[in-house]
Amino acid sequence: MNNSRQIDRHGRLRHFLSIEGLNRKLLTDILDAAESFSGVTEQTVKKVPLLRGKTIVNLFFEASTRTRTTFELAAKRLSADILNINITQSSTVKGETLLDTLRNLEAMHVDMFVVRHADSGAAHFIADHVAPHVSVINAGDGRHAHPTQALLDIFTIRRVKGPDFGRLRVAIVGDIMHSRVARSQIHALNLLNTGEIRIVAPKTLTPAHAESLGVHVFHELRKGIEDADVIIMLRLQRERMQGALLPSEHEYYELFGVTEAKLAAAKPDVTIMHPGPINRGVEMDSEVADGPHSVILAQVTHGIAVRMAVMSMAMHHKESATE
Amino acid sequence: MPAPATMTQKLRLKGGRVIDPANKVDGLLDVYIADDRIAALGDAPDGFDGAHEIDASGCIVCPGLVDLCARVREPGYEHKATIATESVAAAAGGITTLCCPPDTNPVVETPADIELIRLRAEKIGKTRIVTLGALTHGLDGERLSEMAALKNAGCVGVSNALRPLANTLVQRRALEYAATFDLTVFLHPNDHWLSANGCAHEGRVATRLGLPGIPEAAETAAVARDLTLIEQTGIRAHFCHLTTARAVHMVARAQFDGLPVTADVAIPYLYLTEVDISDFDSRCHVIPPLRTTQDRLHLREALKRGTLSAICSDHQPHEADAKLRSFPSTEPGISGLDTLLPLGLRLVDEHVIELDELIHRLTAGPSGILGLPFGSLSVGASADVCIFDPDLTWQLNTDTIRSNGHNTPFMGWEMKGRVTHTLLAGKLVHSLAG
Repeated sequence: MNNSRQIDRHGRLRHFLSIEGLNRKLLTDILDAAESFSGVTEQTVKKVPLLRGKTIVNLFFEASTRTRTTFELAAKRLSADILNINITQSSTVKGETLLDTLRNLEAMHVDMFVVRHADSGAAHFIADHVAPHVSVINAGDGRHAHPTQALLDIFTIRRVKGPDFGRLRVAIVGDIMHSRVARSQIHALNLLNTGEIRIVAPKTLTPAHAESLGVHVFHELRKGIEDADVIIMLRLQRERMQGALLPSEHEYYELFGVTEAKLAAAKPDVTIMHPGPINRGVEMDSEVADGPHSVILAQVTHGIAVRMAVMSMAMHHKESATE
Repeated sequence: MPAPATMTQKLRLKGGRVIDPANKVDGLLDVYIADDRIAALGDAPDGFDGAHEIDASGCIVCPGLVDLCARVREPGYEHKATIATESVAAAAGGITTLCCPPDTNPVVETPADIELIRLRAEKIGKTRIVTLGALTHGLDGERLSEMAALKNAGCVGVSNALRPLANTLVQRRALEYAATFDLTVFLHPNDHWLSANGCAHEGRVATRLGLPGIPEAAETAAVARDLTLIEQTGIRAHFCHLTTARAVHMVARAQFDGLPVTADVAIPYLYLTEVDISDFDSRCHVIPPLRTTQDRLHLREALKRGTLSAICSDHQPHEADAKLRSFPSTEPGISGLDTLLPLGLRLVDEHVIELDELIHRLTAGPSGILGLPFGSLSVGASADVCIFDPDLTWQLNTDTIRSNGHNTPFMGWEMKGRVTHTLLAGKLVHSLAG
């Protein structure tokens, strides 16, 4: 991945498009910044004036509640002005191109775009075409990347398991094929020299040459989560039942759904994660989702601090660019 | 060139190295042209004293290039390019005959459609444009086109271009019906169920970038099915732009078994691979997709062996906006008329193929596939000639590119070898000097 797109010549964040292309130091810097911002989110007055006077646009071409909301909260806690723009497929059909939309918003003196789009590569495309003073944060592009989600997952693992990823075995279970979250998590875990990264999925949901991502591939849950320190479950989209990828939710749950009984194969202190929203009784049963190993709600909380860190760092680039 | 005279026009191409693979000619010879025909090679025939001359010394004189697949976007997509703009680009690239697939708008499915394209091209007079007729009505993949009428109107073959056929029975019937009229069928092997909504080769790069993949099997499954039907129907068929080593192997085997099948390669696939789409470079978004380095190696070998008997440009000019979107939403295709010859010559520099073999794959090879009497310097043949300086270096950039489509990943490349003169039926249609 071309580093110059998201890193400036001083090695600082210019855009935040993918985990790929970051170095370990920058990744750790973001996590450390998130750590300090998590203090802010726990105060009674949950606000710092870091981005006062800045305008951020949540530009969502694909529906989202959780990600959009946490970006919005993060921006507000940094004292920025935030605008939510949801552009459905139908309004782009009216003839305005993606570039026209961008130009119009830029004309309103926007400082940052937080972008979600159904096409892989959309955030890169936008970053290539925005004015020099505008930063782009990727909030999920197609099947390619969801880097802030991966960061908050890493942040959560670091909090629970400590900073030494070398001794961890992490299993990612579910629809790897269509998952931008999994791709970003794998890059982040590799960047931190994680002991072993495993993916667990039926062959229909395993991407071609998956091992080239730097993972071990499993098609059986018990073997895949054996002695795992962390299990990350992925959301299974209902539409996977069409297109002959899976026969039924029932069979998926039987084979890949995590239950208390199946968890016995993992380490006793295993941590269970999920990017949400959960399909209870499909990816995991409620006992696991709400049980002592689950950090699913902590992930959501951490999402705000991580996004504050990324937004303030990418915006800081701009401050110093004019020096 | 001086004004045309009423009497026979005589022209001497002087001092060049003539390479005419169809006639196994390679040597320092003069070429004599009387009106629109080749009159002689070597010694001057009677009556050529004082003929006009083109100095070809230091240059290579070969038959005008024949491009098996180039879209000129007319009718229907004139915002991308027109017959006028692309004729100029073809002439500047030494291409004297180019073949258009039928996927214009409206599609080429009546004698009037064929006539329209031919007449426009003749009026502009820079290059000869021949057309493939639609294999099915409106390319809908379900109803047969009126192939007898298309053939009478002069189409050089039939094709469904990149559009799918509804089912195997339609395909069988279409091939049988085309065979009735001895029409060559041009097939773009692609199993549309397997390629689905893919936009990149299903491999390491697509997995990393999260791009929906097109598996190798989309091509090989189609070739296997097509070969079975070709054998059954006895049709003469041509596979357009193979991209995978396995498909090339299957076609080589079929040729060995005596099946009347030919195949070509489009020049980008001899240079680019899946790696070139990294970082979402939409200029490298092509259908079928760029494959692996292993596939590229096998395509180069098959070109040398002759399994692939033609190189085409697969020219697809676009307006700038067509590529200004996120990768999967961009329109596939590369503008290729400007680079057909120079990229071909690079294969010679890289010792992939000999110069005379290259020229064969760009002239007699494709002309034979189309069943046309072009692509040679035989005495009496149409005087379609390409003269190029093999040592002239130049850069492909927005100033030098002649096509209306600037969508090419080769933009900025240093090219070696440039066309200095192009003759179409004895008429000078391009001169580098101006």
